[in-house]
Amino acid sequence: MLYLYDGGLDVPRILKDWYEEEASSNYGAYIPFIGTIRDEDGIDGLSFDIYEPILESWFKAWQEKAKERGAVIKMAHSRGDVLLHESSYIAAVFSPKRRVALEFIDEFVEDFKASAPIWKYDLRDGQRIYAADRSTAIKGSGILS
Amino acid sequence: MVRVEFLGPIQKEALELDIKNLNELASILQDDESMKEWLENSAVAVNDTLVSSREHPLNDGDKIVLLPPVCGG
Repeated sequence: MLYLYDGGLDVPRILKDWYEEEASSNYGAYIPFIGTIRDEDGIDGLSFDIYEPILESWFKAWQEKAKERGAVIKMAHSRGDVLLHESSYIAAVFSPKRRVALEFIDEFVEDFKASAPIWKYDLRDGQRIYAADRSTAIKGSGILS
Repeated sequence: MVRVEFLGPIQKEALELDIKNLNELASILQDDESMKEWLENSAVAVNDTLVSSREHPLNDGDKIVLLPPVCGG
């Protein structure tokens, strides 16, 4: 499942909800990745834009891949402003055995970084500044140039 | 007519254009100074599916979006 929230994520509640959703599904492993905004380079926080139609189809394809391996993938992400030490991103895999979940979370988060239609901005002095140097062009970019 | 939207940090209003394929869109945007920094690094989706060729045909009512470099998380 894909969950989008305005502002920082309520990490304990999301992890608990997901745990409870799968508590009797007979998965032996629950491996979450939690991304937290660090205090670095003088930023006040980060801000995010999301294009939901393509994020949803991208995530659906990953749900299918998870299913093929007997696993389940869940993801939560913030829209708008997220302050220092808050979380903007949680992904988690449930699988019967740990190896599948450990490998899957790595593949999923890497592709998320390269492909998910989300744009990041630094918050500085009330300004929203596009994080151009940390961003990755989606595969196949440039056909109009 | 097709609608062209510019996502994320591209500061440009949506366009309504009478064009038949992405080659025509490329010509229009290449003449736009404000798009210079974005054309090389943006992906293109037609009706919310990413496309890999400029030959992609366009139909009346199609929605095109330009997706600049991403960074979730």
